[in-house]
Amino acid sequence: MVRASFGRRLFIVCNYVFLAATAAACLLPLLNVLAISFSSSSAVAAGQVTLWPVDFSLKSYEFVIGKPEFGNAFLISVLRVVVGMPLNMLLTILIAYPLSKDRRQFRFRNAYAWYFVLTMLFSGGLIPWFMTIKMTGILDTFWALILPSAVPVFNVILLLNFFKSLPDEIEEAAEIDGAGRWQALWRIAVPLSAPAIATLTLFCIVTHWNSWFEGLILMNRPEHYPLQSYLQTVIVGRDMALMTAADVARWAEISDRTSKAAQVFVAMLPVLLVYPFLQKHFAEGIVMGSVKG
Amino acid sequence: MKSRSFRELPLHLMILPGFVLVFIYSYIPMAGIIMAFERLVPSKGMFLSPWVGWANFEYMLRMPDIARVLGNTFFIAAMKMTAGIVVPVTFALLLNEAKNRLFKRGVQTIVYFPHFLSWIILSGILIDILSPSTGIVNGLLGWLGLPSVYFLGDAGWFPFTMVVSDTWKEFGYGTIVYLAALAGINPALYEAAEMDGAGRIRQTLSVTLPALLPIIVLMSVLSLGNVLNAGFDQIFNLYSPQVYETGDIIDTLVYRIGIENANYGVATAVGLFKSVVSFVMVGASYMLAYRLTGYRIF
Repeated sequence: MVRASFGRRLFIVCNYVFLAATAAACLLPLLNVLAISFSSSSAVAAGQVTLWPVDFSLKSYEFVIGKPEFGNAFLISVLRVVVGMPLNMLLTILIAYPLSKDRRQFRFRNAYAWYFVLTMLFSGGLIPWFMTIKMTGILDTFWALILPSAVPVFNVILLLNFFKSLPDEIEEAAEIDGAGRWQALWRIAVPLSAPAIATLTLFCIVTHWNSWFEGLILMNRPEHYPLQSYLQTVIVGRDMALMTAADVARWAEISDRTSKAAQVFVAMLPVLLVYPFLQKHFAEGIVMGSVKG
Repeated sequence: MKSRSFRELPLHLMILPGFVLVFIYSYIPMAGIIMAFERLVPSKGMFLSPWVGWANFEYMLRMPDIARVLGNTFFIAAMKMTAGIVVPVTFALLLNEAKNRLFKRGVQTIVYFPHFLSWIILSGILIDILSPSTGIVNGLLGWLGLPSVYFLGDAGWFPFTMVVSDTWKEFGYGTIVYLAALAGINPALYEAAEMDGAGRIRQTLSVTLPALLPIIVLMSVLSLGNVLNAGFDQIFNLYSPQVYETGDIIDTLVYRIGIENANYGVATAVGLFKSVVSFVMVGASYMLAYRLTGYRIF
């Protein structure tokens, strides 16, 4: 083994320092907000808080938990994930499987595939989308958060490509044993694709949890907002109309910043919880869909 | 022997529910583009309102801001596209040089994470840390003896704040495809290069980069479709009237004309313009990707 040159060793050290600094740059803003949420408002106002809580306080969390609107919006978001994700996955599997067959096995495969892909390439734009949802009568209902986004075409394509990579022989053998198409799908293709399906499930959970725009423009009443839409009005839009007089009084007590920080952190919590599971799979998940032969 | 159509029937049935939903929520809106040529009368709905020909488009072209908004959109989108290739490639190359697996894994875990947070959460964080009076970033600048900067309220800074914060959110996630390609390089190539007397830099230039080139070309080409996607989710939550001059983009303009001012025809016309340009760019990018790298969507 040749001893590494001085230049080489210098590079290795600098590289480790640089990588660690970049990772820190990704993490520190989140830690700063977390520290603010656990600090007293006077310490925050005095600018003493950087990465560790100063004058530890749970007041801002008490404010957030004691706020019925926040809890209500949180529940709507949970319900949205619980209803929307299984529907997404069911439709994704049901569309991806037939499209993974080649043209000899399914004559209309290409026509159907283009039908779905075209929606990724072209859209009617915001206003016609809004008018269509209004026309179908689901405006200001929970279903406006579910049905228009029920078919995640991008996920369909990822799963389609995964199904295609499965060996044909297993299904052929099952067919000889008398298994129909439905059995081949649920008993063979789906179990063999468990890692891909797990990845897409987590993607759907995060997408539903994070989406805010639909809630904001498709719901007429703030009490129908999911959490991210509600936060949009409180944190970004600073909508005083959404606050009751009692809220404003409590608001003054805990500074704006600590309570916002607490709300941001609570909204981030579910993503933090699924992240370890997500991270286990998504790297291969993305790669399987985008870099195939 | 059952007929072929009969055997294919279950496959049609599987697709049916998704087909119907996509028809309603994607294809009816496409037909709704007709609104760009109408003056919407709410009682008549989007398909039966009075026809006004090109009037909405003429109105669009006469809007004083339209050229500026187009310029802003293109400028921000182009900078994000460039940073979206250069930064992840560079970072993947450097990360690949770190041989400590635990360290590498830790860095990856941290840098991928911001991708999964919504722009609402990140806006909440950015508004706080970038505040000129109380934010930690300006606190740092003050500590270094630099004047404080209003990153979100100064029209000169705003586009760059958007590009940097978007890159901050997405670069880690963007490295995944490159790291996968790097992991696939045959180690024998490096051994052979070393045998021929190539140093580390030479090896990077002659082995690593050529191996990465196809995926870099592919990702660059595919990103062309984003030429008018400056990032609605981000800008809508961070901009304000004082930065419209440099920060207003097509999507935010459509939102204000259509949703806030209820001027549906004009908003649809502006949106249609964007959809057509994007369609041409995405179509061209897929064709180019197919020609250059044999990439197929499905």
